[in-house]
Amino acid sequence: MASTILEMRDITKTFPGVKALSNVNLSVEEGEIHAVVGENGAGKSTLMKVLSGVYPSGTYEGQIIFRGQECSFKGIHDSEHIGIVIIHQELALVPMLSIAENIFLGNEHATYGVIDWDANETRTSALLKKVGLKEDPKTLITNIGVGKQQLVEIAKALSKEVKLLILDEPTASLSEKDSQALLDLLLEFKRQGMTSILISHKLNEVNRVADKVTVIRDGRTIETLPRKDISEDRIITSMVGRSLDDRFPPREPQIGDVILEVKDWSVYHPIHAERQVIKNINLNVRKGEVVGIAGLMGAGRTEFAMSLFGRSYGRHITGEVSLHGKPLDLSSVSKAVANRIAYVTEDRKTYGLNLIDHIKHNVTLANLSGVSSRGVIDDMREMSVANDYRKKTNIRASSVYQLTGNLSGGNQQKVVLSKWLFADPEVLILDEPTRGIDVGAKYEIYTIIARLAAEGKAIIVISSEMPELLGISDRIYVMNEGRIVGEMAASDASQEKIMRAIVRGEGKAS
Amino acid sequence: MSTESAPAPQSGVAEDVKHGQRIAVSALTTNLREYGLIIALIVIMLFFQYTTSGTLFKPVNLSNLVQQNSFIIVMALGMLLVIISGYIDLSVGSVAGFIGALAAMMMVIWPLGVFSNPLVVSIVCLLVGALIGAAQGYWIAYHRIPSFIVTLAGMLIFRGICQALLGGGSSVGPLPPSFKQLSSGFIPDVIGPLTLIPPTVNAAGKTIIGSGLTLHMTTVVLGLIAVLAYAYFGFRTRRKRERHGYEAEPFPLFVIKTLVGSALALFLVFQFASYRGLPVVLLVMGVLISLFVFVTKRMTIGRRIYAMGGNAKAAQLSGINTERLTLLVFINMGVLSALGGLIIAARLGQAVPAAGLGSELDVIAAVFIGGASAMGGVGQVIGAVVGGFIMGVMNNGMSIMGVNVDWQQVVKGLVLLGAVIFDVYNKNKA
Repeated sequence: MASTILEMRDITKTFPGVKALSNVNLSVEEGEIHAVVGENGAGKSTLMKVLSGVYPSGTYEGQIIFRGQECSFKGIHDSEHIGIVIIHQELALVPMLSIAENIFLGNEHATYGVIDWDANETRTSALLKKVGLKEDPKTLITNIGVGKQQLVEIAKALSKEVKLLILDEPTASLSEKDSQALLDLLLEFKRQGMTSILISHKLNEVNRVADKVTVIRDGRTIETLPRKDISEDRIITSMVGRSLDDRFPPREPQIGDVILEVKDWSVYHPIHAERQVIKNINLNVRKGEVVGIAGLMGAGRTEFAMSLFGRSYGRHITGEVSLHGKPLDLSSVSKAVANRIAYVTEDRKTYGLNLIDHIKHNVTLANLSGVSSRGVIDDMREMSVANDYRKKTNIRASSVYQLTGNLSGGNQQKVVLSKWLFADPEVLILDEPTRGIDVGAKYEIYTIIARLAAEGKAIIVISSEMPELLGISDRIYVMNEGRIVGEMAASDASQEKIMRAIVRGEGKAS
Repeated sequence: MSTESAPAPQSGVAEDVKHGQRIAVSALTTNLREYGLIIALIVIMLFFQYTTSGTLFKPVNLSNLVQQNSFIIVMALGMLLVIISGYIDLSVGSVAGFIGALAAMMMVIWPLGVFSNPLVVSIVCLLVGALIGAAQGYWIAYHRIPSFIVTLAGMLIFRGICQALLGGGSSVGPLPPSFKQLSSGFIPDVIGPLTLIPPTVNAAGKTIIGSGLTLHMTTVVLGLIAVLAYAYFGFRTRRKRERHGYEAEPFPLFVIKTLVGSALALFLVFQFASYRGLPVVLLVMGVLISLFVFVTKRMTIGRRIYAMGGNAKAAQLSGINTERLTLLVFINMGVLSALGGLIIAARLGQAVPAAGLGSELDVIAAVFIGGASAMGGVGQVIGAVVGGFIMGVMNNGMSIMGVNVDWQQVVKGLVLLGAVIFDVYNKNKA
């Protein structure tokens, strides 16, 4: 019988005005993979910050007992010292430094400040082998993909003699393939006796690797499920406090004529001019139709959408676009917007929002002419528009004057959506519309999508979550390596079929 | 105290008062930066009023203060937009110097005939300023060369041209009196003076200069109109917001703010009126400030500039032509630098090689003291103007006190650092 490695007892953490955690208990056994799940804002990250010393002891109530000893961390250094290492969702690597430099950053093999590079690189090679990454330790971080960067983070954790590894949403930005590899690695570590805590939104992953699942809701522990009781439905019920029979809102598709048609669309890489990123794509979307684009990370879906939307990506763009059968000029974003095309980015913080400004200003940004005349903004009209969309998309905020940087992911996504809805598009391209947001907010986003389709808009949804695509689309295109490698009606599509199309496509490409 | 805020709940007076207080406190804290800055300016002014034994607020000194610092504030208006956009412009001092030299050469040296007329020269100079702004903005906007580098180059280039134009170390002048009016002139008294206290006549039958009290009535009337307009528009906007049910600021706070603002303005108007009236340059500044407040607060182009500075990529993907906007921001900066250069030349009455030397730093400091963020996306016109006045009052006050120029720099540096630390501290607390 394994012993308990970590015990968190009655953790209560209060921020001015809010109780983020109240009497949370978490007990992790040695050698297990323990998943912590919960909606965004449920308190998972706060709990992990308490555990790793980001919030020093004294700023919270309760006890942390690690390997039989009560701990009081003054900072992240203390927790790392005894072997608790956390890998945050947003990777903390320095892009212009090498893998070896990153792994030993702040912890270099050095004598009197002089670094022994050979020792660093030898150890790095050994660590990279452990995580199954075949890269030269001298490679710069900026030159490897996100999936590999994640592995570097893990290698970095291993370099610190980790006893308890905490992964916060490790697969959020990984492709299906990289995610699988990462989960396999976790299982491998488990076989070697390491304990890990996995925080994830992706219940299928939890389902696959976790030995136990602790569900947190509204800052409280709801329950801890043993392996035999873990199922997606069971977890969802526990997470949201109600049963979500349908994870997708019902809709009756009423599909009309083709609105947008793309023919022979090709795009080259903006820097490596000889690399063709998008290869002769043909695609159409009809009135009232939700079209999904499936594919792995790096398949070129975002690049395709952005190149279409005012040539925001790539160069040497060729191909034709027509709207209602008429050729369309999409050479700039403003022309695309004027032609009632909207693109809701996958990266709302970098490309979607002005985080230092409030909701009101963000909502009207893509359609300022809608709230102004002759260049002068009508404050009252803007205010009512903002309030209107806040209600329509159910943005939870104290007022429209709340800074978007202080909103949760789901609410930020709703602000971005509101911005584009106010621009009154006919064709909406939604790129990973539910990435990193919780189950409840996801359902709300799906409802908005269904409503828009019912209003007769043509919608393209790009998503890496196949169940989501299957749940909301009418028709699905499968993309791989810059090509469309399959097209199927959602009614006879399945995850397997999509994967098969991708694999076949890969075979074709090589 | 919350009689003006939302309908009071039925639960009793105590709760109502509490509610009102809460709103008042939140309104105060959200505007802390703005109020704090104005209060800081007033405190600094009172301090120097005391240490200079009352010289600071003397009508003649107030006129001097405005005339000496107006070019900083004019350029700070342009710099504010540059900094909000997320850029910097180091060339403004050199551009101002160059334009001053150009204006002097056109008016005094070159045989241009009718084109040496001050008005024509001024217009040409502003256009040249626009061209300079466009030239620098082009590289920044369309080739993504960092603005720090482009304008650092501009700083060297235009200082060099300025000196070359003036033929080494010499100065060119004197400039025509009509041109000097831009800086040292006062608006004409079309209504006619009003003598409240007749000046004392001495034994020899001559009036003693500075005695008695005669008011420049045009200034008084203009001042009153401005104050009434300020109060009226403030009240009207408030009423409009109230009707739509959006009002955060409690009524008493609004009244206090308006009263204090009006009283301050009237006091200054009175001081100016009792001397020679409103300086022309103050009028120019006032018009520009109002224009920039309107552009930044009410116009779409202003909103787009904030959005671009806050997140350029998101702005671009929202259909904003960030390249063109950047170019426009730098053209605007160029025009205002040129105007600054004309004001400097007009005040000195000649063009000198060192005109505007180092003033880019004063301008940038004014904007940062005014609460703009070095990361872009944040900043207010009123903040930059008050920041400019804080710098100006300190220059003026310390000069009257006889503080060594070297130490004046030290004090200004400390004030800049203090203001920004105060800002960062406030932000972290929030």
